[in-house]
Amino acid sequence: MIGAAAALLLLCNGRIAGASHIVSGLLEGPRGDAAWRVYFVAGTILGAFVFSSLTGTVHTDRPDFPAGLLTAGGLLVGFGASLGSGCTSGHGVCGLGRLSPRSAVATAIFLATAIATTFTVRHVFGVA
Amino acid sequence: MRALAAFASGLLFGGGLALASMTDPNRVLAFLDVGGAWDPSLLFVLGSAVTVTAIAFRKVLRRDRPLLADRFLLPGATAVDGRLVTGTALFGVGWGLAGYCPGSAIATIGMSSWETWIFLPAMLLGMMVHTGASLLSAREHTPPHGTGSSELG
Repeated sequence: MIGAAAALLLLCNGRIAGASHIVSGLLEGPRGDAAWRVYFVAGTILGAFVFSSLTGTVHTDRPDFPAGLLTAGGLLVGFGASLGSGCTSGHGVCGLGRLSPRSAVATAIFLATAIATTFTVRHVFGVA
Repeated sequence: MRALAAFASGLLFGGGLALASMTDPNRVLAFLDVGGAWDPSLLFVLGSAVTVTAIAFRKVLRRDRPLLADRFLLPGATAVDGRLVTGTALFGVGWGLAGYCPGSAIATIGMSSWETWIFLPAMLLGMMVHTGASLLSAREHTPPHGTGSSELG
């Protein structure tokens, strides 16, 4: 479904379905092409909502998860995706699908640093 | 029509993320935690999504133009530069800390989790910090000129 979503957006609108770029484009203010981004984001929220309602999937909250990790993670994900021109969907799904070497390097790097970070947090510091 | 297509694509994207458990940070961190009880299932999620895009994109891009727009807007950058390496490295650290990436963070708005309301504003702030900094440096160093459209998402 994720792949089909990206294919549909490219086929109809000629756009790459990269979540971080779609959102950061909204932050830069209206440039005439904000509308489709809003509709994509609204669809994403509703799609997840409909799925979880239909299947009864409850979001597994982590009541004890440190808010500091969420804040630091959010800042780094936002800054990094903006600086690195892409995220999991942009580089990982769409970029790899286009056989882009640049996106392959990007995906390898963020997987490596993510794995190293999770390892450090969980097994060195014993958090979460 | 373009709005409708974007909305339909978003529906599939959000539903797919939820179906694949990408919206569940426990599953994401279990996938990233190769030193613990490793859960490789998200590897198949990424693999199948890339398989679909690899086949479908090839067919779609054989067309002269998209169905509802004048042309395809594709990232032009091919260089592996310092920005790409630093940016994606920091992105990975953030993903490994919290267990959310931008797509999943947006999707969880529809799944009512308290974590979304901390992660998402921080993510938007991080994006604004970078966008603001690059706008400032562009204004100082170069005449107003296109900042390029190398962004993927």
